Parts: sequence; C-alpha cells; structure tokens
Amino acid sequence: MEHEPNGVLSRFQQGDLEAFESLFRLHQRALHGWILRIVRNPTAAEDVTVETFWRIYRAHARFNPARGFEGWARQIASHAALDWLRAARPERERSPQIIEDLPAPSAADAAVTAEIRRKTAQAFGRLPPKLRIAATLAVVEELPHKEVAEALGVSVAAVKLRVFRALRMLRKDLEQQGITP
Amino acid sequence: MNEDEQNRMKRLLQQALLPVADAEPARDLWPDVLRTLDAEPASPPWYDLALAGGLVALTAFFPAAIPVFLYFL
Repeated sequence: MEHEPNGVLSRFQQGDLEAFESLFRLHQRALHGWILRIVRNPTAAEDVTVETFWRIYRAHARFNPARGFEGWARQIASHAALDWLRAARPERERSPQIIEDLPAPSAADAAVTAEIRRKTAQAFGRLPPKLRIAATLAVVEELPHKEVAEALGVSVAAVKLRVFRALRMLRKDLEQQGITP
Repeated sequence: MNEDEQNRMKRLLQQALLPVADAEPARDLWPDVLRTLDAEPASPPWYDLALAGGLVALTAFFPAAIPVFLYFL
C-alpha cells in the first residue's frame, strides 16, 4: 500500500488541487485495478476511474484524513462501478469484444463445456448489479468477505447474503435454460 | 440451496469468469480528470425529478410498497 506524503491528506481535504494530483498519482493504479475487477471491461474501467476521481474531488470536504484515503476512495470507486453496471445494457456486457478481452480458461473442468461457461457468464450478466458486484468480488476474485464489505459499505453478513442470492438466481436462470449445475 | 449446491455454483462461476489480471490504464487519465473537473456539473434531467416525485408520492400513498422498492435498489 502506498503512503501519502505528510500534509497531503489535509491539503486535499481543503480542496488543494496539487494535493489531489499527488493522491491521484499514488492511487490511480490500485483504484483502476479495483474498478476493472468489477466492470471487467478495460475501456469502461478507465472511464469509471475518471468518474471516481471526479467524485473524490467533489467530496473532498467530507473526507476525514484520520481514516485514511484508500478505503474511502475504494468505496467511492465501488459505487461508481456499481452505477456503471446499472447503466450498462446486458447486450453491451455480453458483447464478444469484452469476452475476448478476458483470459481464456486454462484449467477448466473438462465436464464444463465452453457453451455452459458462456451461458453461465451471460446469466451472470443478467443478475441485479448489487448482487453481481458482491459475487464478482467474493467468488470470482476470491476476496475476503470483510474486504468486500468495507468496499461496498455494507456488513459482512450482507455480502454473504448477496452472494447467496446471486448464486441462487444464477442457478435458477441456468435451470430455465435446461442446464443443471 | 444447500452448501454443496452453493459450492458447485461457485466453481461453475469461477470457470465461467476468471479473475481479472491487474492492469494499468492504457493512458494517463489525469487530463481527463481535469477536464471533468472543469466541466459544469450537470443538473438532473426533468424526467429524473419527475420519477423521484412520482416515487415519493407513490410511497406516501402506498407505504407497503417501500420494501419492494428497497429490494430492487
């Protein structure tokens, strides 16, 4: 984790643009990586990163330097990414270009065909964004529930519930397509 | 859905969607951030305000609908 030079956080809180640029340079990679994990689209991740830093700057007066920058910024990034998921049409998320952007499975279970994986990914794209974001971070990215909860600004129990609901809805969707997971 | 079924679904999802490798942005995003900061903040469009007003009115007349809205938020 990067550390901010002394005084940068309090200067940022007062709206200092140079301090904001320092924070941007220190944290843009980490925040972009976080957003990319959620939106899973490199172009969108850049747009959402810009949107996130815009929101961060607009909220500078509400920032509490004692609580640190990274966690606060990650919460804002998660909300911006969630807004993007809500606004994105399912067709756009399922477009071949985005799927090609992702790495091909290397050690996938031989019993699970490419067709089933594709249908699972599509069904996942149809889940409510609030559930999808929790399942993406906790199941796909295998992040600890506590880290996901902090980033989403909810309790660990809420994350577990959202993951459970996401998996249940996903199974139902696949069953309706004749796939028994 | 029991624990076994949950674990099966997790494995299936992990095979359908692989973790995303950490990647830097392809370009410097700072100029874009500055441009966005310079732009005037957009006011909410009239239909957003109308929708919000409609929701407030609806929940005032039908408070039982509040949990339904919260579920879909």
